[in-house]
This record gives sequence, C-alpha cells and structure tokens, in this order.
Amino acid sequence: MKAKNFLVEAGLALIASLLFAGLVSAQQPQPTPSDDQVNAIARQLYCPVCENTPLDVCPTTACAQWRDLIRQKLMEGMTNQEIKDYFVEYYGARVLGAPPAAGFYWLAYVVPPIIILAGAYVLLRALRSWKKTTSPPENPPPQTLSPPPQETGKNEYIQRLEDEVRRG
Amino acid sequence: MLADLGYGSLIITLFISIYGASAAYFGSRRGKPAWVDSARNAMLLTFPLLTITTLSLLYLLVNAHYEFPFVSQVISNTMPATLRITALWAGQAGSLILWSWLMSAFACAVMLRKWDRDREFLPWVIVVTLVTLAFFLIISIFVENPFLRYWQSPAGSVVTAMFQPGGMQLFAPLNGNGMDPLLRHPGMILHPPMLYLGYVSFVIPYAFAIASLVTGRSDDRWIRITRRWALVAWLFLSLGLVLGMWWSYGVLGWGGYWNWDPVETASFMPWLTGTAFLHSVMIQEKRGILKQWNMLLIILTYCAVILGTFLTRSGIASSVHAFLQSALGPLFFIFIGLTFIFSLWLLIKRWNDLKSTTEMTSLFSREALFLLNNLLFVGFFVVCFWGVMFPIITDAVGSIWQKLPALSNLFTIQKIDIRSDYYTLPAALLSAGLILLMGLAPLSAWKSSTFKTLARAAIKPFAASLLLVPILLLGGMRSWVAILGFWICGFATLVTLNEFWRAARARHRAQGESLPVALWRLAGKNRRRYGGYIVHIGVVLMAIGIIGTKVYTTETQQTISQGGEITLGQYTVQFESLSAFNTSDGRNIARAVIRVSKNGAYVGELYPRRDYYYESQQAVTIPGVRSTLADDLYIVLADWQPLSTTSATFKVYHNPLVNWLWIGGFFVFTLGMLWAAWPERESQAIPFRKPVQLTREMNGP
Repeated sequence: MKAKNFLVEAGLALIASLLFAGLVSAQQPQPTPSDDQVNAIARQLYCPVCENTPLDVCPTTACAQWRDLIRQKLMEGMTNQEIKDYFVEYYGARVLGAPPAAGFYWLAYVVPPIIILAGAYVLLRALRSWKKTTSPPENPPPQTLSPPPQETGKNEYIQRLEDEVRRG
Repeated sequence: MLADLGYGSLIITLFISIYGASAAYFGSRRGKPAWVDSARNAMLLTFPLLTITTLSLLYLLVNAHYEFPFVSQVISNTMPATLRITALWAGQAGSLILWSWLMSAFACAVMLRKWDRDREFLPWVIVVTLVTLAFFLIISIFVENPFLRYWQSPAGSVVTAMFQPGGMQLFAPLNGNGMDPLLRHPGMILHPPMLYLGYVSFVIPYAFAIASLVTGRSDDRWIRITRRWALVAWLFLSLGLVLGMWWSYGVLGWGGYWNWDPVETASFMPWLTGTAFLHSVMIQEKRGILKQWNMLLIILTYCAVILGTFLTRSGIASSVHAFLQSALGPLFFIFIGLTFIFSLWLLIKRWNDLKSTTEMTSLFSREALFLLNNLLFVGFFVVCFWGVMFPIITDAVGSIWQKLPALSNLFTIQKIDIRSDYYTLPAALLSAGLILLMGLAPLSAWKSSTFKTLARAAIKPFAASLLLVPILLLGGMRSWVAILGFWICGFATLVTLNEFWRAARARHRAQGESLPVALWRLAGKNRRRYGGYIVHIGVVLMAIGIIGTKVYTTETQQTISQGGEITLGQYTVQFESLSAFNTSDGRNIARAVIRVSKNGAYVGELYPRRDYYYESQQAVTIPGVRSTLADDLYIVLADWQPLSTTSATFKVYHNPLVNWLWIGGFFVFTLGMLWAAWPERESQAIPFRKPVQLTREMNGP
C-alpha cells in the first residue's frame, strides 16, 4: 500500500515538475530576432504611409517603428502569417504586396486572364477561319531568309540569298 | 521681361496651333492647298516659338528668379547651373513645357520631309499633331503655368498670379526649396527627356494612321513613312525605361531596379503596345493583312502615351480624390476619351476598307507567330492597365459603396494598391512566352510554314539549347525557374546567332568575302531584320540579368562595430570607419569606408553614404557598389550612431548578373535600333559569282 502511495505521489510530483518546467520555459523571452528575420517579414509588407515602398527598405521613422513592431511580435512568438494578419487588421489590406483574392478584389485577378483568354479565342478563331478560306499553295513563293529545313525550303533560302548577293 | 516673352510665345503658339489645325482641316475639306500650306507654315513656326518659351524658362531657372513659384520650388541657391537646367523637368509645369517643345520639334521635323507622294496625308497629320500640341499648351497656360509670379500685399500676404494684382508688389523669396535630391542623379536627369522623346515620337505614326483613315487609303504607305519614327520612338522609350531602372538601382538604396510602381508601370504600357506594333506592321508590309489590328495598336499606343504622361503628372495614381480636385483630371479624361472614341469611330468607319487582301494560310507561319507575340504583348498591357487602374477603381467604387448601407453591410471595399507581388507571375509567364517566340519566329517562314517544317527547323537549336540544362545543373543551379529561364534565353540566342552565321557563311561561300565582311554587308542589306535580331540579343541579356537578380539575390542586414565583419556568400565586408561632414552645396554626408574581400582576397573599398540635404530636409542613400560582369556587391549604410560613429548598420546585397541588364538595355538595344533605323543606301548591282558552290553548301553533302 505504501509502495502504491509512493508511486502515486512520485507520479504526481513528476507531472507537477514537468508542468512547472513548461510554465517557466513559456515565460522565458524569445531571443531577439535578427534584422534579417525582421526584414524577411517586412519585405512582404508595404509601408502604410509611404507610397509603394516595401517596409524592409523604407527609411522613414514610422517604418523603423513598424519594423520594431515586427521584432516585438516575433519575440512574442507570433508566426509570420500572424504578423501579416495583424498588420492587415490594423492598417488594411493595402499593406500587402497583392490584394487579397476575396470579395470585390477578386476582379483584380479575374479580369486580365479573361481578357487574354478571350483574345486568344478570337485569335484562334480568326486564324482558323482565315486558313479555311484558302488552301496553302503548292509551291509557296520565297518570302524570307529563314527556311524550313526541307528541300524546297533550302532552295527558297538559296534563291533569296542569291538574289540578295546578286544585288550586292 | 524675358518671362513675359516666354509666356507671350506660349500664348501665340496656342493660337497658331489652333489656327494651323483649323486651316489644315478647312484646306483639305474645301480643296484649297494654299490653306494647307499656311497650316504647314504654322506648324513649322511652333518650334521656334516654343524654343523661346523654353529658353526663357531656362533663363529664369539658371538665374534663380524666385519670384516665380515654379522656379522657387525646383531650384535653390546651392544648386549648380547644370542642375538648374535639368530642373526644367523636375516640376510638373516645366516638364509639360518640355513635352510641348519636343512635340513641336518632331512636328517641325515631320513637316520638313518631302511630301510630294503623300500630299493627301499632310493636312490630317497637321490636324492631329497640332490638336495634341494645343491640348498640352492649354494645360500649360491655364492649369500648370510656369510663368505665374508671387505677389505680396502691403499686409504681407502672398498670392500667385500671372499679372500684378492691384496694390500688390512682386515678391521674391531669398532662396528656393531646391530640386528633390532623389532627382539629382544622372539617370533621373536623362530619364524624363528620353521618355518624353519616346512619347512624342509615337504621336507621329498615330498622326499618319489617322490621316490614312480619314483619307480612306487602305495601303501600308503610312506604315512605310513612319517606320523610322516608330523605331526611334521605341528606342527612346526603351532607353527612358532603362534609365529609370538604373536611377532606381543607384539612388533608392533598396537593391532593386523595378518595383511596379504605378508611374513606372504607366510608362511601360506604351512600350508594350509600341513593341507589338513594331512587330505587327511587318506582317502588313509582308503579307498585306492585319490592317485593322495595326490601326488599333497605334491608337492604343497613342492613348497609352497620353495616359502615361498624365498618370505621372496628375496624382491619380495616389488618390482619385486628389485627381478630381485638380483641373488636370477632368481635362485629361475629356481629351483621352475624345481622342480614343474619335479614333475608334474612324477605324470602325473604315473597317471594311481595311480588310485583308490576302489570307493567312498556316497556323505556324511567321505571321501567325507574330500574331501570338502580339497577343502576349497586349495581354501584358492588359495586366499593367488593370493593375494601374484597379486602385483608382476601388477608390471610386469604395466611396460609392460606403453610401449604400444595404451593400456595404455585405462586404467593404477600400482603396487597394496593386504592387509588385501582383505582377510577378503574369510578368514572368508572359515574358517567358515572348522570349520563346523570339526564338521560334525566325525559324518559321512567311506564309508557308507548317507544324512539321517548323518542328524540323527548331529541332537542332532546341536540342543544342538543351545541353545548357546539364551544364547549369553541374554548375550547382537547382532552381527550376532559373534553369527554365536560362534555357529559354539560350534557345533564343542560339537561333538568333545561327541566323547571322548561316547567312554570313552562305555569302562568304558565294562571294568569296571574309566572314566578318560577309556579315557586315549582309546585315547592311537588311537593316531592319538584323537590327531586330541585335535587339533580341539585348532582350536576352536583360532577361539574364532579371533572372539572376530575381532568383539569386541574397541580402543581409547587420549592425557592426568598427573592425567588425559581415559575410554574405563569397564576400566579406569589414567596417573600417565612418565620418560625417558638411559640403559647400548644402549637404551633410555620412560616409562609411568598407573593406571588401572575396574568398578571403582583398578586392577593394566601398563607400556607402547618406547625403542629407539641409534645404529640402531630405536624405538620399547612395549605395557603395562593386560591379563585375558576374555580380554586384551593393552596400547600403542603413543606420549609425550619430555621435560616436563607432558602430553602424549595413544592408548588404549580392545581385548576380545584374549588369547584363544594363549592357542589354543600354548598349545592345541602342546598337540594334540604330542599325535598324539607319537610312539605307540605294543598292548597286554587283556580279554574282559562285551560285553553284553556294547551292552545294546549302544542300549539304
């Protein structure tokens, strides 16, 4: 019985010491992040005040303070994403390098590809319709110095080049 | 007095421009050549008149006439005369005068050409050019007048006005604000004039295009006349853009050269449509197709030129509200809207006349590949246009949205800025596609290429370029983006160089000329083709620089004491000393001495510094840069202890291959474009000597 009590007490003591150790370690401050660690996050954010200047290179005092804020958040144990979210929450989505793909801002990502794909579709249709109207000639006239490397192409190339050489 | 002369010239030029445009229109409509000749003389007069305006403004700047707000805003007592001259384009009012002056110079130059063959174009070229010029003059006179003066009342209040208000005296501050220190860099001194030269040069092809539409001509005469104008415009625009990048790299102290700032992007847009136009006109010249498309491209380029100028100048990029508060905004919108609608209306009216006389026969012909190239360029333009306009749209829509509670409860819309991250992927994909096409297009033939012939032509350079991949892997490269990018560059280079080699060798065999002579004469015979190929090499070199910096740039920032070291890759930099001192031109310079070693061997000293300008209370970071063909070591003095100067913070960048960007962008582009645009001599017949030998060679054994 005594042995059993001893084991229970020892177990409880072990758990308590582990918990205490955990608490102590959690309360210990993180090492001060280096400038490079701060800049790695600051590079992805833009100065909310200066126009179009990444936070890592902005020389203003305000930006230096925002970099200090990033350092502080890193010391508090926040992740990169959490720090970015923090900045977005306080200063708006304009601090990001690209607009969030949500709500009205979706249009930023959707419109150019739609226009380009529509252009590609129109181009393809136009090319196909043009192609249908006439069939390729049997012996196309020489038009360029760049030949298709088949026999007829080489002859065209030579013909063209010889013409050119003849002209001087 | 000289200011009055300059202002008077400006006013007279506006009247003359309006008269010239009206006379040309009237003369053309009523069939009165004397009116058109009068309009031509009016257009010739704009240049000397605007030269008087520009010179008088320069006089005010050089002699520090601070009674003019424009002068007092851009110069100061400590600025040397050379910088005071460049201050002309440091402010909005002066840069608009520069725009008009360059426009008048080009208008004058185009009037001096022989018009015998193209007399019908003349009145409409005058109308378009003078209407454009008149628009800028109206802005200079009514919105951004550089000749306004300060006037002081007896009570001490100061107002600005052109003419003396009652009871007020002329007021001249003792000193000016001085030019923004960031603009005192050779790159920024040359960048605006180059960009403006590119802008105004593109007005000339547009004027001829409109003249062609109005007169109902459906041939490619307008393209042939303006070919050199477009090439020169493209060169100036390219040099302007690269100078802007060089300035950004040299003075902003962030280790980069292009940040997709709205103003940068706006100046890139006419380059994109202009480059598409330069390629597309070749199809019309060779095959007589895409006439409507070329019209549309030059209209887009013209509108992008006006848009580019005003996005820089109007403040629209920063805030739609600031834009609307300025009179510049509505004027700009009206002008660009009217010109675009009018140009499109003309194009639609002539749409059927411009239908192609021949048809496209193959999806793999050179013209089809050029069309694909056009799609990518215009796609790039769409991305840039949308990126530049989106902040303005969100700003405007957000303002309206807030007033609608039912909708604003669903989600909020705030002004959002579009920055570099947005452009990275589309820019990389579209650029890769364009460079790949640059390699493929020379292998295809006009009209006749099929998939089979194109594949056969491409297989050898494709296989040879693939050898680059194991070489890069053996060299330690692991980034698939860089490997793919360098491979595409290698493929395009191989094809381009092979074009030179194959033709020069054939000529060498046929004519018995030495290879260099054969190459020289061959390239001289078809300047546009070989000039274009040289430009393609320039593009590849720029791409190599961009890939090198985007994929392999490394950086670190550390605070070190004197004698301390920072290691970055193969480089070690040692902080030797830091000194701060004043200069006679009103600067306080903090300058560090850095000892640089590479792989343990001393390679030199660098002097990163920060210049503080007392007058404007602005600081400029000047990096210390060690440049080689392989890389740049770029050191920025980020911070330091002001009193003891015993420790300082440095930001060190290692930028591999960055100098290929400048080599390609400055030297190779210029060489290629000058080669392409150089006037060709009439060809002389020479005897044809060895056709049999040539044929054997080309047919192979």
